[in-house]
Amino acid sequence: MTVAAPASEPLRRFLQVARGAGLKVSAAEGIDAARTVDLIGFADRAVLKDSLGLVLAKTPDEKAAYDEVFDLYFKRDEFSGGAADAEDESAGEDDTIPGGSDAAGGDGMGGQGGQSLGSLLASDDRATLATAMEQAAREAGIENIRFFTQKNLYARRILDRMGLRGLERDLEAMRQTGTPEGLGRAQFLDGRVEQLRDSVRDFVERNLLLFAKGDNEKFREELLKSARLSNLERRDLDRMRVLVRQMAKKLAARYAKTRRRRLRGQLDTRRTLRRNMGWGGIPFITVWKQKRIEKPRVLVLCDVSGSVAAMSQFLLMFVYAINEALSDIRSFAFAGSLIEVSEILEKEPVEEAITKIMSLIGFGSSNYGNSFADFEDGWMKFVTNKTTVIILGDARGNRTDPRTDVIGRLSQRSKRIIWLNPEYRSAWGTGDSDMYRYAPFCGLVTVCNTLRHLERAITDILEDAV
Amino acid sequence: MNDALPLGNAPLRSIDAVELGLSEAGYIANRQISTAIYMAHHLQKPILVEGPAGVGKTELAKSVASWLKLPLIRMQCYEGLDESKALYEWKYGKQLLYTQILKDKINSVIGDADDLTTALDKLHSFGDVFFSHQFLEPRPLLRSLQEPGGSVLLIDEIDKSDQEFEAFLLEILSDYQVTIPEIGTVGALVPPIVLLTSNSTRDLGDALKRRCLHLHIGFPDEKLEAKIIASRVPEIDARLLKQLVSFVQQLRKLDLKKVPSVSETIDWAKIMLLLHTSVLEVDLVRDTLNVLLKFEADIEVAGKQLAGLTHKARQDAGVV
Repeated sequence: MTVAAPASEPLRRFLQVARGAGLKVSAAEGIDAARTVDLIGFADRAVLKDSLGLVLAKTPDEKAAYDEVFDLYFKRDEFSGGAADAEDESAGEDDTIPGGSDAAGGDGMGGQGGQSLGSLLASDDRATLATAMEQAAREAGIENIRFFTQKNLYARRILDRMGLRGLERDLEAMRQTGTPEGLGRAQFLDGRVEQLRDSVRDFVERNLLLFAKGDNEKFREELLKSARLSNLERRDLDRMRVLVRQMAKKLAARYAKTRRRRLRGQLDTRRTLRRNMGWGGIPFITVWKQKRIEKPRVLVLCDVSGSVAAMSQFLLMFVYAINEALSDIRSFAFAGSLIEVSEILEKEPVEEAITKIMSLIGFGSSNYGNSFADFEDGWMKFVTNKTTVIILGDARGNRTDPRTDVIGRLSQRSKRIIWLNPEYRSAWGTGDSDMYRYAPFCGLVTVCNTLRHLERAITDILEDAV
Repeated sequence: MNDALPLGNAPLRSIDAVELGLSEAGYIANRQISTAIYMAHHLQKPILVEGPAGVGKTELAKSVASWLKLPLIRMQCYEGLDESKALYEWKYGKQLLYTQILKDKINSVIGDADDLTTALDKLHSFGDVFFSHQFLEPRPLLRSLQEPGGSVLLIDEIDKSDQEFEAFLLEILSDYQVTIPEIGTVGALVPPIVLLTSNSTRDLGDALKRRCLHLHIGFPDEKLEAKIIASRVPEIDARLLKQLVSFVQQLRKLDLKKVPSVSETIDWAKIMLLLHTSVLEVDLVRDTLNVLLKFEADIEVAGKQLAGLTHKARQDAGVV
């Protein structure tokens, strides 16, 4: 163990723990934290907690995580030096507990450590044992633990460093002697070793909590973002909804721009001259060029038949979650025929609305040709050259007439058509898939079956409008 | 490092001194708030204050300014705010007027020039006259940098501004300087104390958050709220005060669209004072509920439980 700068070492370790708990601590914030500690000092924990919190935690979630981790971490610290019971691992320094350094000295070599570990166990010196465990854990790099599957690995490493192997050899030798005295001692120590294993396992588990909580959450979210939406388990649905909302909020914030933007520095000569006619053309009042940024108009056609229903649900959820970034959304659901569902979606929360839509029209076998014809009859007149049409479906019309002529006219009237297909590209055009017949009329045809795909497609639509 | 600080160390020498100073200025701060102000001064970092509306975010900046006797420079953010409104602008009209007035003088300046090159050279030597400090209209950000004795800069509701503007703020927030192309970089004479407030209507960028101390002001607990009201409405009777605070605290636990904030409690206390009330009565509370709650639906929700809430409030204050 190296104690470099007395103040910075505990802080460095705390920052690492904080990162493990999901706080985003950049190097710059680390420097600020160090300056804070310089200014405040470690003496008053309450003030330290407040002030480090100001520097490190930047959202309510982070504040909560920070409070938890601060208490956990600095509670550990308080046991240093005290003759704490073995339940609480003490982060003791070598000089605080006599004998601690002896135990530590032999540890690294494992083989020699057996003797001292044996005597420690025999004498039941819990404080020293805890110190030895803490130190062995540090050497084993416990702060790198990330997954629960690594628990055994780290427990074994720590035990090895504490000299368990040597002890086991000694125990074996004791049993070999065959004397009742040797056997009895071996049995006694076996019991103690079992206790030690338990406490090391406990210790590793606590550290896993401390160092890896945030990472695991993040890992799980990353997995979900790229999981196929049709294969989701029920218990993940809620988390998914939260994720959709988060992603949508981010996108909406990025693209909900002011409609008009002055192009500073580009004079609108014609309008400036007109405006200043009264002063004989001397330009007292300048008029600048303006750029108009239109929010995209979006029209969504969702296949809600069995094969694609799960995906449609998330598309609709996503589209309605970003409605601040879009100017007006109209949505349609189809299977065998097509209906407009904008009203249901506007009135009710998305989850309920979707169940309602499904019960109205979903789960039939799809007929694309028929549905497109329905659309042309009822709503084609609302499509203008500002409208982006999103069609979500697998283009499998059960060998009915695909009516590509309708899509052709739609393509001419609209700004562009984006076709999102939940099937992989290799399946397009096989069996009853009409994807390649529709593709020529679409501005973009893309595979879309995970949350990531969805996000990319929507970003594309938003960017297109700028 | 403290020697370099402009204000001297007297008022900001410790966290307790900050708390005391703020309370003298009429702002009852909890420990976190005073720690934030103390650190902002010593680390020279801006504070980003977040929290629900009406818990005293803006008030904090005003109190700091009045306590330290520094000018408060306030910039209200809104959608479409750009640097010409926030930082500086050239006084275009004045520039033009001057050129018109000076038209006749041009001849006397370049009259004796033999050819175009000499005339141009002569003009060039006057070139920067029109882009100098006289023609610069400083807006809040620049003004706060130019204050000779330091200042408190309040950037209010930063979440209402555009993302681009947020990025533009980074230079001033981290280095206390701004760059004006025609003049150069203007640094702060004395680094101001900067407070940014946000109601979190949108997520702020990480870059901005990284440069700030992040202070979250929530609703105060019963004791602190009572102290705040007592300092803002000093004439109020102690027992009535207890009832009011207890009532409002209970109200915050209900499922409401918008829970009442500290500023609403203060308003309510003032009204109770005007009406010469000493004990909360259900009818009186019902009549004045619209001071605390701003949504019809909320008033309806609270209205149903008014008797219970009032009773509990009276009990807490020991009035039967």
